[in-house]
Amino acid sequence: MIEIKNLHKKFGKLTVLDGLDLTINPEGSEGGIFAILGPNGSGKTTLIKCLLGMVIPNKGTISIAKKSVLKKWDYRNNLNYLPQIANFPANLSVIELINMVKNLRPKEAHEQNLIDLFGLQEFLNKKLGNLSGGTKQKVNLVLTFMFDSDLIILDEPTTGLDPIALIHLKELIVKEKEKGKTILITTHIMSFVDEMADEIVFLLDGKIYFKGSVAKLKQQTNQPNLEHAIANLISK
Amino acid sequence: MLKILKYSFYDLLRSRWSYVYFIFYLFLGFVLLFLNNDMNKAVITLMNIIIVLTPLIGTIFGVMYYYNSKEFTELLLAQPIKRSKIFIGQYLGISLSLTLSLVLGLGIPFMIYGLSKSTAIFDFSLLILVGSFLNFIFVALAYNIALSTENKIKGFGYAILLWLFLAVIYDGLFMISLITFNEYPLDKFSLFATMFNPIDLSRILILLKLDISVLLGYTGAVFKDFFGTKTGSFLSFLVLCLWVILPLARMKMKLRKKDF
Repeated sequence: MIEIKNLHKKFGKLTVLDGLDLTINPEGSEGGIFAILGPNGSGKTTLIKCLLGMVIPNKGTISIAKKSVLKKWDYRNNLNYLPQIANFPANLSVIELINMVKNLRPKEAHEQNLIDLFGLQEFLNKKLGNLSGGTKQKVNLVLTFMFDSDLIILDEPTTGLDPIALIHLKELIVKEKEKGKTILITTHIMSFVDEMADEIVFLLDGKIYFKGSVAKLKQQTNQPNLEHAIANLISK
Repeated sequence: MLKILKYSFYDLLRSRWSYVYFIFYLFLGFVLLFLNNDMNKAVITLMNIIIVLTPLIGTIFGVMYYYNSKEFTELLLAQPIKRSKIFIGQYLGISLSLTLSLVLGLGIPFMIYGLSKSTAIFDFSLLILVGSFLNFIFVALAYNIALSTENKIKGFGYAILLWLFLAVIYDGLFMISLITFNEYPLDKFSLFATMFNPIDLSRILILLKLDISVLLGYTGAVFKDFFGTKTGSFLSFLVLCLWVILPLARMKMKLRKKDF
């Protein structure tokens, strides 16, 4: 589904991505959950932003479903993205924001189930500026999951969520995976990765350092615990 | 693009500042008409205010809107919309809402005062037209500055400096060069120098239409010869259009390479 070749990105003198190659879900395979991990500043967000066309790489190619996506925009109609920090215009109400995003995309939206699931009904007419961080994140999740797309990218989806919302989020992700979708997640919560991810993509110094299942990682590093296995990877 | 434009426009119409700006012009219009008791004189006073104030407000609004809606712009960038459409849409939204404040704020008092029956209607329309041009020009310049400057404080600083340069410093340099080189024929030079500053160009355009160019002495005669003719007016409006188009073109170019 996603094919990245020789991706380079520099910000000034700082090299963030340094010849990164990555293939996720080659054609024919079912969907899955891919956790993109790496220490702070390893290029996770830059990689995701390159996929979204928000950061323009210096070199390299990115193709989704066999079509190059660099300098294109219409492929984003088949892609849902959850940004890391949900900062919405403060003087807009929740329902106005939802309607506006619906209006911007030609796709059909199914927001009502999600609004009920996260208990947002009573907040619909409240201004976004008055919502707590967790509630904003729930709105963010509704905006992301209300469209039916083949590729879903989640940047730190668990931030600020209460345990109940977290359970709902996990169910939601599993349900999307069962529909055969590809889901990319970045997070620092290892228990979340251990529970959800089919594969781990570990970034270090702008390159893919490890790619494989959780079991394979544990076996390779000789650590029974994922957190320690990751720490072991970084310290090597 | 129209959806973004509509959204930005309504977003600004809802913000307090658009109303403050509108009420300011409304108040200004009534006070000037009350004090001058003569529409033609009110138009001249108004010109002096509009020429300096609309660029300042346009610059500040443009920069402020860009930095304030940054996170939301990032949300839009992840949607299936072309990059340039997002920013051009926002730009048009700001410029149009500012122009609306200007047109309604000044239009209402002048209409009540009987503008449609007065001879000043042509001068007044020209003033509003030039004011609108200045809005579009300075919001475009402000967006250019904001797009090229990550740091909010620096962005504000550059924008204010640009306004200060075009509204005040440019005239000073112009004067100094006229005095220094007063032994040379300077009419061509002053014509060109005027063209390169949208504020000066607007001022001259209105002054000449108001038939007070006599006040400008010999230079006034040269200017009248040029700007007074059809070609002159056409050329100056063309230059005003260029002042909108060129910054927009640079914006499009900048967007092709920018990382968010």
